[in-house]
Amino acid sequence: MARVLLFGRLADVAGWRERTIEAGSLSALRAALARDDEALGEALAGPGIQAAVDKTIVRGDAALTTTSEVAFLPPMSGG
Amino acid sequence: MSVVLQTEPFEPGALLTAFAAGRAETGAVASFTGLARSGAGATTALELEAWPGFTDVEIARIGEAAAARWGLHDWLVVHRTGPIAPGEAIVFVATAASHRREAFEACDHLMDYLKSRAPFWKKEHGPDGARWIEPTDRDRTDAERWETP
Repeated sequence: MARVLLFGRLADVAGWRERTIEAGSLSALRAALARDDEALGEALAGPGIQAAVDKTIVRGDAALTTTSEVAFLPPMSGG
Repeated sequence: MSVVLQTEPFEPGALLTAFAAGRAETGAVASFTGLARSGAGATTALELEAWPGFTDVEIARIGEAAAARWGLHDWLVVHRTGPIAPGEAIVFVATAASHRREAFEACDHLMDYLKSRAPFWKKEHGPDGARWIEPTDRDRTDAERWETP
């Protein structure tokens, strides 16, 4: 189980911000999200989307534990 | 040396007065205030989303790096989150240094970072609905100015 957080337009696409999902790795989590919601799967695979596991940006795959927190982050823009 | 994320409006003049107070060794304080624009009525409200525990930590990391690079005595970033009306202040940055060049440059650098790379997500609400805003090419090239010494 991993706690999944969506930010910015990803939360609008999915219609939720936070959910707990069963997955042993980041790639398995992406697959589960895409299987459940095709539009979200496409949005997550889009340009500029980053993933953070336990508040650290990861590139490629990562193992997840029951206490992992995974966030998907669209391109950032402050100020 | 601090980062404040808050949903409540703030008064930039009061922040600057407090930041500049009681400094005997600081010769220069620079500050920047960013306001929400209406874009001739196209934007009725801005909505800014942050990730507490990530956004503030990332900003603090950049602030500490700027402090080391420009020898700052102090720096402050205050950033609104949540809904923001046109004309309200969104962001306030202040830097304190011995001399003006360091204070100006560090303040400019921190703003370029905040505009292009800080972990915020910005939504504009207008008469035609809402849309998410992503950094412009100008924001990116402004930030790239600081990458090569």
